[in-house]
Parts: sequence; structure tokens; C-alpha cells
Amino acid sequence: MDKRISSAAEAVAEIPDGATVMIGGFGGSGAPIELIHALIDQGAKHLTVVNNNAGNGHVGLAALIEQGRVDKLICSFPRSADPSVFVETYKAGKIELEIVPQGTLAERIRAGGAGIPAFYTPTAFGTEVAEGKHIEVFDGRSYVRERWLKADFALIKGELGDPHGNLTYRMAARNFNPVMATAATTTIAQVSSFVPLGGIDPEHVVTPGIFVQRLVEVPTPAQEEELNRAEAVYP
Amino acid sequence: MTDIKLSNAQIAWRAAQDIEDGAYVNLGIGFPEMVARFQPEGKQAIFHTENGVLDFGKAPEPGDEDWDLINAGKKAITLKPGTAFFDHADSFAMVRGGHLDVAILGAYQVAQNGDLANWSTGKGGIPAVGGAMDLVQSARRVAVLTDHVTKTGAPKLVSHCTLPLTGVGCVTRIYSSLAVIDVCDGHFVLREKLPSCSMEELQALTGAPLHTDGPVADLICPEELA
Repeated sequence: MDKRISSAAEAVAEIPDGATVMIGGFGGSGAPIELIHALIDQGAKHLTVVNNNAGNGHVGLAALIEQGRVDKLICSFPRSADPSVFVETYKAGKIELEIVPQGTLAERIRAGGAGIPAFYTPTAFGTEVAEGKHIEVFDGRSYVRERWLKADFALIKGELGDPHGNLTYRMAARNFNPVMATAATTTIAQVSSFVPLGGIDPEHVVTPGIFVQRLVEVPTPAQEEELNRAEAVYP
Repeated sequence: MTDIKLSNAQIAWRAAQDIEDGAYVNLGIGFPEMVARFQPEGKQAIFHTENGVLDFGKAPEPGDEDWDLINAGKKAITLKPGTAFFDHADSFAMVRGGHLDVAILGAYQVAQNGDLANWSTGKGGIPAVGGAMDLVQSARRVAVLTDHVTKTGAPKLVSHCTLPLTGVGCVTRIYSSLAVIDVCDGHFVLREKLPSCSMEELQALTGAPLHTDGPVADLICPEELA
């Protein structure tokens, strides 16, 4: 078994129009910029994207939105240092937005990956986010029922990856990446280094390879923050 | 007189004095982040940032940033001995599971029953909630740092929130620019106030009755805060 792919372009080639795509990262930290840019080059459109944010500047997720590829965004916080691409697209009525509290977003994704179709959370009880959702009282406290969230594809960023898809992450770039890896039919990981089997101490594997279908090596991945400081625009 | 009020740094300092040694604390984006600077001698809080870091160090020098190492406000932070990383599901298990001792956030409005509005001005802007709804509903204590009134002078401490809610009955203590106020059984209970502000003045700037259940202490903060 060898899940390694030689290029980001090849890794994302089969993502079709209309796909639901989870994209890892929290702001720029952990964002798989090269995979997102490969998806822009590939041309898939009418995508539903799940991400914590809505892009920053004119690279990565913001660039995907700017290219008109995203019909719907599911996120917790569509703000950033430069959210102008999302703001203009949203105000023009060209993108649908579903706001989900951050912990509920993480748990919906976790539930999707774990085969749990719904769960109850105290988060958002009594707020407009809970309107229309089933409420149930457990031990005297009210909880909101939330549904799982699954995707056709997940684009994630790791640090080390072996041929079976076992992954490690780098510092706070972990964030949504491991949980998204579990919730997609096809998870595509970019990693900074390929290592051979045994190259990751089993005690240090964060995402076991069963959750990863393909991985591509991107030795010096771009950081969204640095691209934005250089006023980069993609493509 | 009420033209004297605490600066944001002084409000953050006052809130920091109440954090117990060993407490796990989440600080909201913006001025609540200043609380970390004012931990009293001998008390060590462990700060949680919801993007997956416990116990992190100060901001790095400009040029030394590592953009894989940021806080929830997307600002660069640093490692320290004892730092732990974890994914988002674990991070919000810490929050939702009741493992955080304190969440400290800003507010547009706080109601006397503890309802909090801090995510939407309700004016048709783009909504953005982040982790606030999770934090306020599940941290053991929820403290709000805020100016006592809005920029136009309207009370931010009110009988009922008119803005979209972040959470219901969740706020336990308010550190305002004029006072320290607890939420107890559906009432505002005044604990401390600036000595220069009379009870009558403070009540006039507050949108719901201020109760007392004992002596009201003077709210005194250092004048100069780094």
C-alpha cells in the first residue's frame, strides 16, 4: 500500500463540480494552501466548503471564493485581517453562508467521522443559531440537537506522512485537520515531508492512515500570513 | 465624577486579580487578551486558546513569528515549558465538558439575568460567532470585560438584551470601566465601584437595578500599567 501521489494537481484531479470539501486550518495556520491552489487550477465549481473562516486576502480559500467556485460556505467566523473577497461575494448574493459555533462545527465534523448522525450540545441554546432545532432537557439543562457533517473530500495539511497515510502535525497547525480527515470520503493530505514506514514513532501518530486516502509532499509550504504580507494574489 | 473611568488595561488588571492559581482560562479576542499580562505574583493561570494550545508564552518579537503557532485572534504566540497542542474536537471537549474554570470576553450587552450579547449588532452585517457561544455556555465562570456604557452613553448593563444573544444566563461577573458587578439570581449585585462615582451616578448609567448584599468596596487599580 502506498498512498503517496507525485503532485498536488494529481491529488485533487477528481474533485467534481458540486462536491462538499472540508478544508483544514484556522486562519492561515494549518491551511493547505498548495492543495487549495491546485483545486483552483483544476476548475471544480459549485463547491460547498467547510472551513473555520472565510479566507484572508487573495490567496488560499479567499482565492477559491474570488474565482467564483464556492456556492456555499459553512464556517464559524467569516472575518479576517482582509475578508474583502468573502464580504463582496456575500453582499453580491453569490455565496450562501451557514454560521456554526466553532465547537459545534468541530463536533459536527467529529460526529460525521465517527458515524454519529446527531448529538446534543448546550452551545447556542436560547440564541438565533438554535432556531428551528430540536431542544431536549437532560438532567435539568436544555440542549440543542445538531447533525453530523460529512464531506466528499477533505484537504488537510500535516507535517510528516508515511506511505500508509499516518500523519503528524506541526504545533497549532493541527486544529481542524485531524477531525476533518475522519469525516470525508476521500482525504487528501499535503505534508512537509514524506517519511518511510516506521519513520513516525507509533506513539506520535496523530492521524492514523485509515483516515487518509492520498498524500502529496510540499516541502516548504506557503504560509497564508506571509503571502498576504507580500500582497500575493492567486492565480 | 463619572468622567473618570478605568482604561481597558485597568479593567483587564482587575479581572486578572480574581484568577485563582492553577485556573484554566480562555481569553476572548481583543482586549480580554490583556488579562494574561496582569497575573498576580504567585498565581499561575494556564491559558487555553481554542485553536488548540494550552499554556503558551508571550508574543514573539516582530520577525520571529511562526505562523503555525498562533492564538484564536490569529496573533503569533510562543512555546513555553508545559505547552500542549491538540485538535479542535479536543479543544472544544475542554470547553463543552466544563473543564475551563473561566472564560473572559467582551460584550455589547449583559442582562441582569446573565444573558450575554456579544456577537452580532443585529444590523444586517455578516454574522461571525467563532467559539463564543461554546465558551459562555460551558465555562464554570464567565466574566465580561466592558465599558460601562456604549460610545453614545447608553447602558451596556441592561434589564433585557435587545441584541442577538450569545448565551442565556451565562455571565457570572462583569468588570466594567466603573464597577465590579456579579449576576446573582437574576439581579446585578454591586461588589466594587470607583470611589469617584456615586451610587446615584452609577445607577443612572446602568439599565437595571443595582442591588447590594453587603458593603461595596472601592474599585482601585494601578494608575500605570505596562
